[in-house]
Amino acid sequence: MPPRTCALCSDARAILKRPKTGQQICKECFFYVFETEVHNTITEAQLFKRGDRVAIGASGGKDSTVLAHVMKTLNDRYDYGLELFLLSIDEGITGYRDDSLETVKRNQQQYAMPLKILSYDELYGWTMDAIVSQVGKKNNCTFCGVFRRQALDRGAAILNVDHIVTGHNADDIAETVLMNIMRGDIARLGRCTSICTQGEDTIKRSKPFKYAYEKEIVMYAYFKKLDYFSTECIYSPDAYRGHARVFLKDLEAARPSAIIDIIHSGEAFEVKEDVKATQKIQQTCKRCGYMSSNELCKACTLLEGLERGLPNAVVTDRSRKRLDAQGPAPENLRQIPLFKLPVKLQPKMASAKTTS
Amino acid sequence: MSSLSLKIEFGGGLELLFSNQRSHRVTISAHVPTSTSEAGLTAKERDADAPTKPADLAYLVFWLRDNLLKERAELFVESGTVRPGILVLINDADWELEGEGEYELKNGDEIVFISTLHGG
Repeated sequence: MPPRTCALCSDARAILKRPKTGQQICKECFFYVFETEVHNTITEAQLFKRGDRVAIGASGGKDSTVLAHVMKTLNDRYDYGLELFLLSIDEGITGYRDDSLETVKRNQQQYAMPLKILSYDELYGWTMDAIVSQVGKKNNCTFCGVFRRQALDRGAAILNVDHIVTGHNADDIAETVLMNIMRGDIARLGRCTSICTQGEDTIKRSKPFKYAYEKEIVMYAYFKKLDYFSTECIYSPDAYRGHARVFLKDLEAARPSAIIDIIHSGEAFEVKEDVKATQKIQQTCKRCGYMSSNELCKACTLLEGLERGLPNAVVTDRSRKRLDAQGPAPENLRQIPLFKLPVKLQPKMASAKTTS
Repeated sequence: MSSLSLKIEFGGGLELLFSNQRSHRVTISAHVPTSTSEAGLTAKERDADAPTKPADLAYLVFWLRDNLLKERAELFVESGTVRPGILVLINDADWELEGEGEYELKNGDEIVFISTLHGG
């Protein structure tokens, strides 16, 4: 096939066919289009304001490395006025996390951003390796996800930031939509396509790469020669998400726009009123103060299960109720320290409302 | 029969399947059997009268699987082509621009395989 010229600048040689649009574009146009689309995602959703301190959830993997690079580029180019930080969570997975953290430390040097690393061990007293040896490889991802979510909030609170950004890309979100449909998880289905999530007691969390294809993120990193760590978590082959991912990749091969289309479908979902009524309302965990759908947040529930030697008994709400029916938990179990939002993010008192 | 010298690069974790080596130099014949069924590569190659075609990328993928891949072929090849989620670059350009598997290889070509199938 003859060499093709870029559809946008009609000048340089095309090096990429965009899955989103089918356009064939050159390297420089690709960089510009990719970065500008993220910029548009950020401005249209009005994610940030001047002076915001923003923590970038950084794992050393492809998405977070590119995210750090792009956030820095856009912050400089468009003068967002943000203070950027790198926040890393060490789950304690030997041979996986310890290597990827080295990449984050290199990123810290390259992008000149302060770095905070928080580990499961210091926060919960359990590494993922220890958890897997207790729980096995079916429910272990539940523990990891729940613990990491809290860990990110806590790390962000320590850094005193206003906002957390993560590198979730379009593929991830489309997979999540499919997973939630496959598992009948209505509550999550209604929430999972939001670009910015915020509870009363949690720090704002956004996904600037929501519409960025994984393929483009990898190509961006390749052509910009960005250094990232690329190995599968050793426990992921057994994760449920794998089914959704394989399915999604096949869908993408047949029709590349499927990924964005699934996200648009997800955004259009509206939960029926009578179903909404059965959903639980948000409360605060009575043990650690984090947000929760029940009296005890999921992380405290899971930790209690681990400490009592009954981790698999607490993974689902149903099994938790059965466990509770057997009697109260013993005293003196290790608990997660009390969670407090930075003062500036705490909900204001009603009496402080002023007219302005 | 002439041969083609190619530079192959693996990234995104794929190198683990290929002796943990990112860069490889390979030489394949310029003309290859037209029908490359997944299991029958070497048998057909021995038949000098079999119809041939210029070596293309689809052939290269099977050649790599049979000659360079050390383990877990299913992580590289699926349903007759590269596993979905693995990006292929030909001389630093998306293989989708060059006809994917049908691209005819030239001497000195550089082919890069990058896996996207890992955490971000």
